[in-house]
Amino acid sequence: MSYEIPTGRSEVVDEPEHWHLRLYVAGQSPKSLIAFANLIRLCEEYLPSRYDVEVVDLLENPQLAAGDEIIAIPTVVRRLPAPMRKIIGDLSDIDRVLVGLQLRPSAR
Amino acid sequence: MAIVTKPFAKQEAAPQLAALPKSPTGIMGLDEVTQGGLPRGRPSLVCGPAGCGKTLLAMEFLVRGIMQFGEPGVFVAFEETRDDLVANVASMGFDLAKFEAEGMLVVDHVSVVPIEMMETGDWDLEALFIRFGASIDAVGAKRVVIDTIETLFGAFKDTATLRSELRRLFLWLKARGVTAVITGERGGGTLTRHGIEEYVSDCVIVLDHLVTEQTSVRRLRVLKYRGSLHGTNQYPFLIGEHGVSVQPITSLGLQHGVSTERISTGVPRLDLMLGGQGPYRGSSVLVSGTAGTGKSTLAAQFCDAACARGERAIYFAFEESQDQIIRNMASVGMSLGAWVEQGLLQFRCVRPSLFGLEAHLSAMQTEVEKFNPSVVILDPISDLMGVGTGHDVSSMLTRQVDFLKGKGVTAMYTSLGSEGQGEPTDHLIASLIDSWLFVRTLEGNGEHNRALSVLKSRGMAHSNQVREFLITDRGVELADVYVGPQGVLTGSARAAQEAQERSDAVKRQEDLEQRRANLERERQSVEAKVAVLWREFEDEADAVNRLLSRGTTGREEGAEQRLEQGRLRRSDPLVHENRSNGADPQQVTR
Repeated sequence: MSYEIPTGRSEVVDEPEHWHLRLYVAGQSPKSLIAFANLIRLCEEYLPSRYDVEVVDLLENPQLAAGDEIIAIPTVVRRLPAPMRKIIGDLSDIDRVLVGLQLRPSAR
Repeated sequence: MAIVTKPFAKQEAAPQLAALPKSPTGIMGLDEVTQGGLPRGRPSLVCGPAGCGKTLLAMEFLVRGIMQFGEPGVFVAFEETRDDLVANVASMGFDLAKFEAEGMLVVDHVSVVPIEMMETGDWDLEALFIRFGASIDAVGAKRVVIDTIETLFGAFKDTATLRSELRRLFLWLKARGVTAVITGERGGGTLTRHGIEEYVSDCVIVLDHLVTEQTSVRRLRVLKYRGSLHGTNQYPFLIGEHGVSVQPITSLGLQHGVSTERISTGVPRLDLMLGGQGPYRGSSVLVSGTAGTGKSTLAAQFCDAACARGERAIYFAFEESQDQIIRNMASVGMSLGAWVEQGLLQFRCVRPSLFGLEAHLSAMQTEVEKFNPSVVILDPISDLMGVGTGHDVSSMLTRQVDFLKGKGVTAMYTSLGSEGQGEPTDHLIASLIDSWLFVRTLEGNGEHNRALSVLKSRGMAHSNQVREFLITDRGVELADVYVGPQGVLTGSARAAQEAQERSDAVKRQEDLEQRRANLERERQSVEAKVAVLWREFEDEADAVNRLLSRGTTGREEGAEQRLEQGRLRRSDPLVHENRSNGADPQQVTR
């Protein structure tokens, strides 16, 4: 069950980087659902129209856990832009998510 | 490896009380210490400081499980990569890649990079569970090793969550029914740095190493084992070329079977001293004595005899090289080199100081396992005193004696001492030894002569005699010693005594001959006398007979003469008839 959410608008040119995020979950647990909701909300806010989120359910594809060295659930992996970043938790601490994914430059 | 069943459970024998099921580790000695292995289907903790062999012990548990018990395994490595692990254990002959290809093993390296883990809310370790689960299912694993899970403490700030997740992990492993080994690094004041022993509490094994007198000894202790008896001591263990081997200091079993078969020492008269047939097979013989008393020669003769019977022998020499021993023994008529060529005899010549006692023990046991000899020589054990303290040597020798007895190998140990009976090393193992031979030199008549006696020999009526111990060009021989007014006679005094006895014997023989000749003469003279007497007797008898026959005819003639005279005188015939009671005087005389 991996699916992508295309966001359509791609004409923004001042921020050319396209973000590819992967969210690892284990089934439809409350933590997974909260994390998914939080992730989409943040992306819409900070990365409008230049992100896609891939959700990987490890219960269905357990072998994928080894690929990104996933230990905890939920985990969000920033695949693009490089370098790869990894944050864990249900993303309810927005400040830490922004720092962890470097969505907001720490210098501000 | 024999698996010792729990004697406790055996005694109870209550059918409803099932003994705690155990997974034998297959690791030499560990199954004895834990009385059967680790608790089956439960996690066990192996902890200790860095470099104590935790990873190796855990890996061997898996590998032995695959090789000896057909139980697939999963190795989850948090510290080393798969390739590193494969390379590290290849030196012990464990081919992990082969097991992986056979579908018996999964080596999964979980990389934990602390800086990557920004925590942004609630999380759990479900991904890890899924990952473990997938690996376990992939091979149907019965055994799981997690090495070292405490690495996670470096990755997560929220240790409260981590702890509860670890607790959940161990419960989950238990629920999966896998026998798990969790390793943990020793921390200050606690068994593991982060106290995970709290969660893994069924069986805790502590490893450690101790350096005394520049010698490092690795030690293992079963700290706790719920629901099972276990050895409580610290047992030395080794990481040798065949993996880990734990050496229970005191033989937990003393259950070795014994043989009633006797084997020759190669010295017929020594066999006679040892109940007539030599020592029992599988027993241990100690030869102690002062320098130059022929201990090694006796040991070599023992080897020689074993090889001559077609049996194998290993000669562990701590002082001489193989060539030196072969040359020296050739001078007393033993061609040990031929046995080496035939593959019946092996020499292992090492200086005791080359490595520690435990390593010596392990090396010797490995050789014995490999060569499977029926006779083993350790020459001399007193040299080992230089490597360790008395207690260490004694415990090492105890284990060696037990090991060899357990394998049914007849062992001969030599021990060098100075003058006087009872040397330090002798005391250490004298009580373990079945037959104790004592060789010493006796000084007298300007000579040193060797004498051998049997101090003890279990289970046989052994001789109490001192024998002179001769090293001849046909090997060792024993001769009677003479006890006379001057004490025990050996050497030339004995030879003189023997010559004296021989001449005495000749004299006695001559004497006897003389007397026999005298007797014969006596007999002849008696016979002659008897013959003379017979002759006299016969003469007498003749004479008597002659006289007798002459007397009878005289009377008849007399009667006829009287009749004739009567007729001539015309006398009354009636007178004659009355007198002769008949009419016819002829009839009267008849």
